[in-house]
Amino acid sequence: MSPENAPGTAAAQRPTLPETRTVTLRVNGTSHQLQIAPWTSVLDALREHLQLTGTKKGCDHGQCGACTILLDGKRINSCLTLAVMQENKEITTIEGLAKNGELHPVQQAFIDHDAFQCGYCTPGQICSVIGLVNEGKAKTLDDIKDLMSGNVCRCGAYANIVQVAQEALERNTGL
Amino acid sequence: MRPFTFTQAPDIATAVQEVSSDGAKFIAGGTNLLDLMKIDVMRPSHLVDITQIALDTIEETEQGGLRLGALAKNADTAYHPLVEARYPLLSHAILAGATAQLRNMATDGGNLLQRTRCYYFYDTHTPCNKREPGSGCSAINGYNRDLAILGTSEHCIATHPSDMAVALAALEATVHVTGKNGDRAIPFADFHRLPGDTPHLDTNLQPDEIITAIELPAKGFAQHYTYLKLRDRASYAFALVSVAAALDLDGDSIKEARIALGGVAHKPWRVPEAEALLQGQPATRENFRKVAEAYLQGAKGYKDNTFKIELANRAIVRALEQATKMEAIA
Repeated sequence: MSPENAPGTAAAQRPTLPETRTVTLRVNGTSHQLQIAPWTSVLDALREHLQLTGTKKGCDHGQCGACTILLDGKRINSCLTLAVMQENKEITTIEGLAKNGELHPVQQAFIDHDAFQCGYCTPGQICSVIGLVNEGKAKTLDDIKDLMSGNVCRCGAYANIVQVAQEALERNTGL
Repeated sequence: MRPFTFTQAPDIATAVQEVSSDGAKFIAGGTNLLDLMKIDVMRPSHLVDITQIALDTIEETEQGGLRLGALAKNADTAYHPLVEARYPLLSHAILAGATAQLRNMATDGGNLLQRTRCYYFYDTHTPCNKREPGSGCSAINGYNRDLAILGTSEHCIATHPSDMAVALAALEATVHVTGKNGDRAIPFADFHRLPGDTPHLDTNLQPDEIITAIELPAKGFAQHYTYLKLRDRASYAFALVSVAAALDLDGDSIKEARIALGGVAHKPWRVPEAEALLQGQPATRENFRKVAEAYLQGAKGYKDNTFKIELANRAIVRALEQATKMEAIA
């Protein structure tokens, strides 16, 4: 026992943290076993434990959409999801979209349509457009705008992002 | 976020047992709970994950209604073919709330249990009777533009934030719960509470009870309905005022009218006596105005939200006109 942990010292009286848990997350087609605390969000598990930093932490409150990932093909905010609750689910992040060295069509479309400036919201926007296609509910321009409202772009690239979404829906470029 | 312990409940009995311990809370979608835990407004020491329990089915009832499992996702509910066909009011209300991401995560049971978005409830540096009973209400004399005008008390003027709940109130749903003392079926109007002198209690659900299902009666008002939501931007904003309006018409004559308001009170606001004024009456703007007046009886504005009284009044009239004609009225 080191002196700072001796009985009667402040460190010894500190409540002990609950034990970590072994969790298996399936990310971009690969299973990863992680030893994590129960309060670890999927976002933090990806970024801090798996070094998959493509998924961004913007607000960490589900308001900005920068952390959008696909869970079994549908969009979610990874910041408001506990990793310990997502075993046996298929998680897809921005890192899992390119195949055989080729960008996913929605990634390519973001470049072709100049649909980003600073790029911070872009991984979330791309996952969100793919989710929009997968979910199959957007029929009109207004639908696209409404169903993409969970992804904020403070550079204001919305007009071009909407063009990408229109193209993705026309070409049915989901997952 | 404060540390907590975590278990997964395999069945309802285990869930009820585990949530009975001090400081324990259920978690399902987690969209509101985790947000509130991150800012230290809610401080559970133990979370019981209920998402392994098979409570996510949507099925028809013998009475011709529909039973929404408590763990059905908001998106799956809104887009369910039977909800779209028979309860389009509910579908529209759900889709008027939150974002695609959040609706893919949030459950129907959790939607009813979400907490107010009153700024002072969120700000742990200010008094709030809902967050810290007895500490005072910062909103009554503070910035209160988004807050309630009906059913308020001197202790709390918070609003309930759900859109889904407003439609469920109009449709007269039933909330099925179970707990240590057995099953209960709670009429929707009795599920949420007014603040009174216990604003820390949002609902009449007991601490050891779990919502198992939300049951919709057979009558879905699929011919004449509207969910009118007025807010500061067109998507992803809470209602300043919302109106769920449902009409059963015989030609121009109203057989039955249902109206529920959101964004104006601590619970979805219904006034059955005012609705009854329309029974047997022609569906005219004049009659809708009378009902709107009756709905806003006793409304009280605070410094920044007095505008909601007139806004709600006009919104009721417009919603009833839209429901009659089944077209959006600018």
